[in-house]
Amino acid sequence: MDPVEIIQHTTGGVIGLSWLMIAFPLVGATILLVFNRYTNRWGHLLGVAMSLASFVVAVLAFVELLGLPEAQRRQAVHLWEFIPGMVDMGLLIDPLSIAFALLITGVGSLIHIYSIGYMSHDPDRRRFFAYLNLFVAAMLLLVLADNYVGLFIGWEGVGLASYLLIGFWQFKPSAAVAAKKAFVVNRVGDFGLLVGMFLIWTTFGTLAFAELKPITAENPTTLAIGLLLLLGACGKSAQLPLQSWLLDAMEGPTPVSALIHAATMVTAGVYLVVRSGAFFFPEGSGAALAVAVVGAATLLAGAIIGCAKDDIKKGLAGSTMSQIGYMMLGAGLGPVGYAFAIGHLITHGFFKADLFLGAGSVMHGMNDEVNMRKYGGLRTYMPVTFATFFIGYLAIIGFPLLSGYFTKEGIIETAVHAQPILGWLAVAGAGITGFYMSRMVFMTFFGEKRWEKDAHPHESPTVMTVPLIVLSIGSVFLGGYLILSNRLMDWLAPAVGAPAARPEFHFTSTTGLATLALVAVGAAFAWYKYGRAEVPAVQPRGSFLTTFARRDLYGDAINESLIMRPGQWLTRLAVFFDNRGIDGVVNGLAAGIGGSSGRLRRLQTGFARTYALSILFGAAILTGALLLVGNI
Amino acid sequence: MGETITFWVLAVVSVGAALGVVFNRKAVYSALMLGTVMLCLAVLYAVQEAPFLAAVQIIVYTGAVMMLFLFTLMLVGVDTSDSLVETLRGQRFWAIIAGIGFAGLIVLALGNAVFSSQAGLAAATAQGGYIRSIALLLFTKYVFAFEVTSALLITAALAAMVLAHRERVAKKATQKDLSKARFLGDRPTPLPGPGTYARNNAVDMPALLPDGSVSEESVNPYIARYDVEQDRLPKDPKFAEAIRQRAEEESE
Amino acid sequence: MTTNYLILSGLLFSIGAVGVLIRRNAIVVFMCIELMLNACNLAFVTFARQVGNLEGQIVAFFVMVVAAAEVVVGLAIIVTIFRTRRSASVDDANLLKY
Repeated sequence: MDPVEIIQHTTGGVIGLSWLMIAFPLVGATILLVFNRYTNRWGHLLGVAMSLASFVVAVLAFVELLGLPEAQRRQAVHLWEFIPGMVDMGLLIDPLSIAFALLITGVGSLIHIYSIGYMSHDPDRRRFFAYLNLFVAAMLLLVLADNYVGLFIGWEGVGLASYLLIGFWQFKPSAAVAAKKAFVVNRVGDFGLLVGMFLIWTTFGTLAFAELKPITAENPTTLAIGLLLLLGACGKSAQLPLQSWLLDAMEGPTPVSALIHAATMVTAGVYLVVRSGAFFFPEGSGAALAVAVVGAATLLAGAIIGCAKDDIKKGLAGSTMSQIGYMMLGAGLGPVGYAFAIGHLITHGFFKADLFLGAGSVMHGMNDEVNMRKYGGLRTYMPVTFATFFIGYLAIIGFPLLSGYFTKEGIIETAVHAQPILGWLAVAGAGITGFYMSRMVFMTFFGEKRWEKDAHPHESPTVMTVPLIVLSIGSVFLGGYLILSNRLMDWLAPAVGAPAARPEFHFTSTTGLATLALVAVGAAFAWYKYGRAEVPAVQPRGSFLTTFARRDLYGDAINESLIMRPGQWLTRLAVFFDNRGIDGVVNGLAAGIGGSSGRLRRLQTGFARTYALSILFGAAILTGALLLVGNI
Repeated sequence: MGETITFWVLAVVSVGAALGVVFNRKAVYSALMLGTVMLCLAVLYAVQEAPFLAAVQIIVYTGAVMMLFLFTLMLVGVDTSDSLVETLRGQRFWAIIAGIGFAGLIVLALGNAVFSSQAGLAAATAQGGYIRSIALLLFTKYVFAFEVTSALLITAALAAMVLAHRERVAKKATQKDLSKARFLGDRPTPLPGPGTYARNNAVDMPALLPDGSVSEESVNPYIARYDVEQDRLPKDPKFAEAIRQRAEEESE
Repeated sequence: MTTNYLILSGLLFSIGAVGVLIRRNAIVVFMCIELMLNACNLAFVTFARQVGNLEGQIVAFFVMVVAAAEVVVGLAIIVTIFRTRRSASVDDANLLKY
């Protein structure tokens, strides 16, 4: 079944006011940035309030959408004529965008609340909340816009906000460099998205989702558009080959990592692919296959990187890469995959935010120590953090009946049927996930105490633990609710289309059992290495493979040798040609004119009589000329 | 016939006087030569049925303008610019080439022109006579130009006043100030007058100081230079040397 | 006869022009300019007689007036320059150059 037609929203109601969702956080950010330090005292409260207000609007819009029949569940809200004759700015309220909006504002609000506690000692807390609000507004514009131009503006806004937030502690050179790196790498993806948009415009003459028609057969143009959009998605979602920024981006405050690099921003790529799915990634097409391949490759790469990191946040960043890889894999498999991909995206939003905020809570208690080799045995010192983190951990490795189990199993199941090789790679990835996440838990909460001398671990304040609890509840139940009896699939059907055959969730399928077995093996191996055995406080040298993973699979080295060095040589060559060739010609010309002018100006002697002489000569010549031609 | 004779006489005189204006070294002579040319032209105007212009020529040019020239000459005096030595390389040569060329072309053009016989002004002045006809044109057809001319004259008069006016920026020095300045300078006494203790009593003769030596400062530098240029140095080598030195000082 | 007058006028004009070019004393230069103006006036008067109306004489009259005004201003300028630079040479006023 194809997606239903987008209809123009006419009646009032909350959907008509859905622009408020974007306006609230935008206003919050503006107030906090414009009124600056005058808002220091209550700025964080305003930020939270704006985010919550946005969440309330999203919920009301969701409820209103629920009340409509399926054929009317895609409503376009016209706002204004943006580029006359080309783009009308408007919002598209449909099941897909509202699902994203709920995730962004819901998890975003929880992270806002958590940040009150986490950033309470930071003198720039107000600025932090301004950026968070800006980020939420941009992300909402990204998912709510009813055309590619609006999406692109949100896309760039997200890039800007992430730049500001990653580099929030810009006094640290590493943070500044990481922010710059994220920005530059994202630019590469943006370039792809932009060129893709140009191509859409020249091919179809429109950039509005409502006017683009679903395709059944792929042609070279749509393949090109699909690959360009995929490049954009790779940049935002940290997929191979544009993954390098995500690990460095952990330089930002931990709530930033949770908000941007786990729950929302990196999902923008998945959103782009799913939103464009009907237009450019039809089931079985080359573009869709490319998406799936990229996803499978990234899920393995992220998992391998995650295995070798001692920095708890970088380990989680690797796992984020990996999980987004699962979503991309799902998004490359057509409408069935869309449902699981979005489902995994939502549950991942919960448990990854849970994990990141848990990690932040640990760091909060350990003087901002991030090295897991300096943790150990923390479960008794911070019970709530431990419990919530553990739930998130179980969810992400796919422990039966928790959220991650349903959604990940769904993706793997679909993939094994559609693309067996990629499917089994995903199974292997799940096993590795079991290993590295267990390693993280064992190194942090179990085993010996390996703390620094001045560490006094303690539980975080309530304002930080409550969001953790809420998130962990979501991590437990959400997956089952969404996936069982295909609730999410039916909900999304109007927006992304429904598969020909409704899948049934099998608790005892071959792949499911194999995955579980692999996960158990991985976890057991982690227990053997890090739970039972003593963890060395200093990183051991490790094998070639370990180094390979520690160095992020040499991603930076590859970028450097393939792009940066040749680029530098190219610029040097250009500079050389500019200096010698172009400047030579230009300077030579200028010198020639200057030199001849220097001689010519000597004619200006300053003596009036010399000038008068030339006048008389002129008069004589004129008279002569008149005599010659005028016959006077 | 009478006109022809008059023309040729006056033409020769005026061209000669014009050359005199250009090639006379002394500006006063040039001025007098210019007066001659103007008078000749006045006569030629009169001959050519323009008695009014002849009168104006004599009154305005030979009267007022020439007086102004002479007056200015007296103000400015004699200086190096009167020298006929050309300082710009090639200027004189090319000027004369251009002048001769221009004159040749004009003569060529006019010599080739064929004029009908002169119409004469009899018809134009038939009504009310010559002066009335002039006045009629001046005060009817050209009345606007005439009025503008008056404005021009007033403006010129004002301009001359503005240009000649010198604003006093400092208080006028009193006798006390002057004597103070003199005693603060390097010479409290006046310069020695020329001719003092000298055998000749002339302005270009240096004074002798009480010890019998020659005082160069007693001679006006302009006069010293004049003497050197005109080779009118006194026979006594002592005086001649003093005057030569004074002239050199001045040229520095 | 007209041709003779005009040739005389041309000669006087050329002599004046050469004078402007070769004399350095600003006052003499000025005199040469007056010479050129007078030469023009002669041509005007001659043409008036040739064509038989008075307009040429009127123009000559205006030329005289303008020349008078010009002499006044020009000589004032010369006097002013002389007062500041102690020189009436047109070559000494040559600061406006390359």
